Amino acid sequence: MSRLNNANLTLAREIMARFPRPKSAMIPLLHLAQEQDGHVSNEAMIHIGELLGVTAAEVYGTASFYEMFKFEPIGKYCINICTNISCHLVGSWNLLHHAEDRLGIKAGGTTDDGMFTLEDVECIAACTEAPALQVNYRYRYKVTPANFDQLLDDLRSGRTAAEIPPFGTLSRVRQHTESTWSNNGIEAQAAIDER
Amino acid sequence: MSNQYSTPGQIPTGPRLISGRFEIADGYTYGGYVRTGGYVALRKALTSMTPKQVHEEVKAAEIQGRGGAGFLAATKWGFLPPDIHPRYLVVNGDESEPGTYKDRLLMELDPHQLIEGIMLACFAVNAAHAFLYVRGEMALAQERLAEALNDAYANNMVGRNVCGSQFSLDITLTWGAGAYIVGEETALIESLEGQRGMPRLKPPFFPAVKGLYMQPTIVNNVETLANLPAIIKDGGATFRGIGAPTSTGMRMFSVSGHVNRPGVFEVPNGVTTFRMLFEAPEYCGGVRNGGTVKAFIPGGASAMWFFDEHLDLALDKPTVDKAGSMLGSGAIIAMDQTTDMVAACWRIVRFFARESCGKCTPCREGTTWLEQVLRRILDGQGRPEDIDLLFEISESISPGIAWPPLQTTICPLGPSAVSPIASAVRRFRNEFDHYIAHGRPISGIEDVLNPSGIHAHV
Amino acid sequence: MSKKTLSITIDGKPHAALSGQLVIDACQDAGSFVPFFCYHPRMTPVGMCRQCFVEIESPRGPMLVVSCMTPVVEGQVVRTTTDGVKRAQQGVLELLLANHPLDCPVCDKGGECPLQDQAFSNGPGESRFVEEKRHFEKPIPISNLVNLDRERCILCDRCTRFADEVAGDPLITFISRGTNTQVLTFPDQPFSSYFSGNTVQICPVGALTAQPYRFKARPWDLDQEESTCTTCSVGCRTVVQSSRDELVRYQGVDIDTVNWGWLCDRGRFNFEAVNSAERLTTPLVKGDSGLVESSWAVALDVAARMLRTAISVGPESVAIIGGSRGSNEDAFAWAMLADALNINQRDCQLADGLPAEIFALPQATIDDINRAPTIILLAPDLKEELPVLYLRVRHAAEKRTTRVIEFTAHRTGLTPYAWRSVQSEGGKLAAAVQQAGSSEEISEQLSRGDVVVIVGRTNLAESPEFVVNALAEVLHLAPHALVLPTLRRGNVRGAIAAGLTPQSDAGDTADILVAAAAGKIDCLILLGADPLADVPDADLARRGIAGARSIIAIDTFLTASSATADVVLPAAAYGEKIGTTTNLEGRLSTLAQKVTPAGTSRPDWMIAAELAIAVGKDLGISSYADIHRMLIDNVAAFAPARDDKRIRHEGVLMNHAHPVGLARSDSSVADHNSFKHRLIVSRKLYDGAQGTAKSPSLAPLANASGVFLHPLDRARIGVPSGVEVKVTSDRATLVLVMHESPDVMVGTAWIPFGQPGADVRELIDLQGDVCDVRIEHI
Repeated sequence: MSRLNNANLTLAREIMARFPRPKSAMIPLLHLAQEQDGHVSNEAMIHIGELLGVTAAEVYGTASFYEMFKFEPIGKYCINICTNISCHLVGSWNLLHHAEDRLGIKAGGTTDDGMFTLEDVECIAACTEAPALQVNYRYRYKVTPANFDQLLDDLRSGRTAAEIPPFGTLSRVRQHTESTWSNNGIEAQAAIDER
Repeated sequence: MSNQYSTPGQIPTGPRLISGRFEIADGYTYGGYVRTGGYVALRKALTSMTPKQVHEEVKAAEIQGRGGAGFLAATKWGFLPPDIHPRYLVVNGDESEPGTYKDRLLMELDPHQLIEGIMLACFAVNAAHAFLYVRGEMALAQERLAEALNDAYANNMVGRNVCGSQFSLDITLTWGAGAYIVGEETALIESLEGQRGMPRLKPPFFPAVKGLYMQPTIVNNVETLANLPAIIKDGGATFRGIGAPTSTGMRMFSVSGHVNRPGVFEVPNGVTTFRMLFEAPEYCGGVRNGGTVKAFIPGGASAMWFFDEHLDLALDKPTVDKAGSMLGSGAIIAMDQTTDMVAACWRIVRFFARESCGKCTPCREGTTWLEQVLRRILDGQGRPEDIDLLFEISESISPGIAWPPLQTTICPLGPSAVSPIASAVRRFRNEFDHYIAHGRPISGIEDVLNPSGIHAHV
Repeated sequence: MSKKTLSITIDGKPHAALSGQLVIDACQDAGSFVPFFCYHPRMTPVGMCRQCFVEIESPRGPMLVVSCMTPVVEGQVVRTTTDGVKRAQQGVLELLLANHPLDCPVCDKGGECPLQDQAFSNGPGESRFVEEKRHFEKPIPISNLVNLDRERCILCDRCTRFADEVAGDPLITFISRGTNTQVLTFPDQPFSSYFSGNTVQICPVGALTAQPYRFKARPWDLDQEESTCTTCSVGCRTVVQSSRDELVRYQGVDIDTVNWGWLCDRGRFNFEAVNSAERLTTPLVKGDSGLVESSWAVALDVAARMLRTAISVGPESVAIIGGSRGSNEDAFAWAMLADALNINQRDCQLADGLPAEIFALPQATIDDINRAPTIILLAPDLKEELPVLYLRVRHAAEKRTTRVIEFTAHRTGLTPYAWRSVQSEGGKLAAAVQQAGSSEEISEQLSRGDVVVIVGRTNLAESPEFVVNALAEVLHLAPHALVLPTLRRGNVRGAIAAGLTPQSDAGDTADILVAAAAGKIDCLILLGADPLADVPDADLARRGIAGARSIIAIDTFLTASSATADVVLPAAAYGEKIGTTTNLEGRLSTLAQKVTPAGTSRPDWMIAAELAIAVGKDLGISSYADIHRMLIDNVAAFAPARDDKRIRHEGVLMNHAHPVGLARSDSSVADHNSFKHRLIVSRKLYDGAQGTAKSPSLAPLANASGVFLHPLDRARIGVPSGVEVKVTSDRATLVLVMHESPDVMVGTAWIPFGQPGADVRELIDLQGDVCDVRIEHI
């Protein structure tokens, strides 16, 4: 619902400085907006467009290509159950149906209390630990209906809060190094643009 | 080193070149990495080798790219036009091929090894800026790499005048936001430029000549780069001595599906057979419930399927290519005799339909249509003519439905959706016919879609 | 410069292809039809629709390639009709049709739809797609002029590519992914591009439709003929299409020399004005109760009497203003009449144009823009005034073949593409050019080859002499520079060349109005001119019109000025008369008649001929053929129009007089005092012009009222943005809404011309060099 706040604006400028061309910071900045608001708001896309020198339509065009970006608020915890082939073979549909029953929503839906969004997703790269899921992109392996229920309890009670931040936050560690050297590359690129 | 693993039946083993720190608790930290021999190769290269020599060692190693296409890494580097700067290295950490997750482990458990590999590659090709593009859904890998990069910068392993040498390099860490197609190198470049991740046409846009920002660009897979420290430390010839001459070094394979102990294994390349991986106690320890392999996928969802007659083939690029499939990204998925082949086929096709970028017609429309027809068959609404229709649509995406596939599409994603159809329908036609006739799988098949056994439409 | 040719074989026949050409174009040249949807010769190929497959021979046998992405190479063997090619094309076509709705009977594109044509000639006949088709909300407006039907869209990227690559307005993009991909705008940010209509024209299906054409006609009912747009002076080539004797659509025609197939929306959609119910259909004569309908015989008789009376006082008591909205023949007929009556006071420009001396300099062509390494802009915002010329300059700058050096008082559409943009208020333009010329990088740039100077009125609130002086400075720095004059109205160059320009040192429009105000004009002829709306000095126009003893107006609408006339003669409009026209570079091309003139209206040339007879000076014109022949026989400039074939398509350049130079003169103007702002007045694309105002689709788009100030100036005045302020000049005080804009120079106040609400012309005094205003809160 808002533009990037001042702290995030500072971060955004740091991120942009790490790329030879500002537009390359598009996806990182969208993540920043999603971290701030839990979803990517129209105002944030307009703001990002201003920062990167592109139209809001171009920001929206890029953002909507990637399924991790949500344009409306979703649950505090986004539970992504993998149903791709390795998980499919060993019970992911059973797990998904169980999750749907337990949460009272269909895949793609959000619980009324705003706690959970459930998604049926493609391979999350945990194939040998199938069936697998992610909560806000943190893994749970070899999930049975029973330990799914336990997971819901843990999430509700806050026992997992240290490990699983609210939806929107990915890496809690940021690259804090400035480009020390490759700005030479930026200059070289500018010279090429000039030609 | 001679090839000591060629005796049939014997389980080949080899050094753990890149997964050696996986069990070391602090192997992912700077301290843990340095303590276990990390950054030795980089120091060696910077103090005693020229970029050309590093390139030569990698050439001598004959390491094939581990991303899927299996192209020789040093040859790829050689495509860079001389004297055009800036040039970039883009690290493809957007691992998304179903069945594959070795790159994630390499990033999570040994991030400095990857950083060292990046440094060596950039040194070899004279690049001053690398971009490390991690898959968006891999939060832990992002955290570990960010921490590792910050530490590497702080210790002058990255940045200006690395280790006091003349070599300077910046690495920019960034990540995606959920799109399988971005694993394709030109789509990755588009994404890195802030665009929708839609592949570019090759020709004219070969990345080595016109890549990121239309500048010469090398796109390398994480596993490929992770091997470079070992290659530089021990020499290309040593590396080449491991595995088979046609597929050198050690290689990471993820084995999943109906096996007792699925896992990611670093195995000698080119000599281990599929049967060994499935059955050996060192690896997966047999098919679940003592069953048999009905079919398996040798190299990710895009690959043609293999069957029991292929079990004794070695995991060797030319061998598997010749047999009509590919090793791809090293994802091996086993399906036992209870597998519903119609459902399995549908599930993979659905993946490609959901992940089609939408840029070109045959893939956008074709994969979606294929998925709809298969779903209809599963739902008991199949028609006898649907089998021909599946092949006709496939033909429009991949003329001749051959291997290696021809394509009417821009990139290989569309034809990838044809592989499971060509594999499953040709081999298990009876299962499709049974669904069409009766609306349910043949007997003895586990109905994973409807575990309760009740079909929605029957 | 001729291109190298390559010998290739297409379908077994040898063909000489041009080096650098794509196979798809070579096939077309060779007469081998290759179907396509996404390819467009004026845009970067993207290879997305996958319809244009051909087979080429390769060392590994025949290979299927998309011909829009494959360049020709020497010795290439191309086949377009093999089974493999047909299978691939038909397969893709079936896939394209899978989700395409079957609403052709109610689709505007039906009958001229490439997808429909392909489906008929090459399609499967019957659909095997039994699944549910993709559904989207049926047409949604993406702007005031364009509707989007996403169900019909085949995602060819033509509109989105056009918006980004050609227009530079990437306001429509692909949204979402895969089978859910759709073209869309950002929420609440419409596709408000001046070029949006082009996307409708290039859409290969009926996904984009134009609101003004929606359900107006079926393609097979259309009657069409090539013509030239005269909305502005660029002279874009068009086809004019009619149905049941009514204009229903203009489409751009691709000619290399001018518009490359593009049109601006104003030119594309102002056919509505021709069809307007407010058109004058019968002559009007002033009676006791004002203007009343009359017959041509009576009206011509009244007009002739007024003209004779005035001539008897002396030819200097007669003046003609206007003539730039008609054809060359119209202008020449009126010039012949003026010659016959010794009327020297004639001017086709309305005190908002350029002095004739500029047309006597070495002239550039539009195409020179792509050849010259340097373009200098001493011109108004081309995007607002001459949109398709803007596209050409933008294209050259984007392709980096050209560097643009811009001198402007406010940010323009070309500023983002300019190599150097120098902010300079008009009065100091020459000094700014001098200063820029002293920089080494600019003088080096100027020495790199041809220089094109695009010259026009940068500020309607100041004397044109500043631009002329700045041009003289440019020509001093770059004596080899070629000049491209920009002009607002369609046929200024033709009208000047035909003789509607002051003769023998007679006065121009401003002088005529001054004379009229002083009671020295007995008969004023307004030839499609509306001084009360167009002359930048409102007070002068008012006094001049009031002071003229009699007025004869020839017009298509009853305008502010023609409403004051004693006789109003209804004129045939664009599309209602044939002729030739001349664009800003002096290119002669044809105008088509496609519909019957409204009511009893007649072409200007015919009115001149009849009025001449009525005053006893038969000009000998009895048909269009007569006046056209007289024009090309008697005026050297028009002689090239004898090339009948070329003027009917790409046009032919008029003969230019022998170039003369331009003297430098010192013209710096004093700074304004610090309590004032220098007034900058320039045009927006949409304003109160008749063609826009009488086109219901376009009229609402003229909405740029207000005074624009730099944020620093706004802060100094201490009024928030969006609040009404008083703007006071020596002439008048206006109340306008003030907007803060960083695009405006500090110390200047920018007010767009001809917008609704208070009329900026009230502030302007044509006798002054510049106009300074005071801005206060109310």
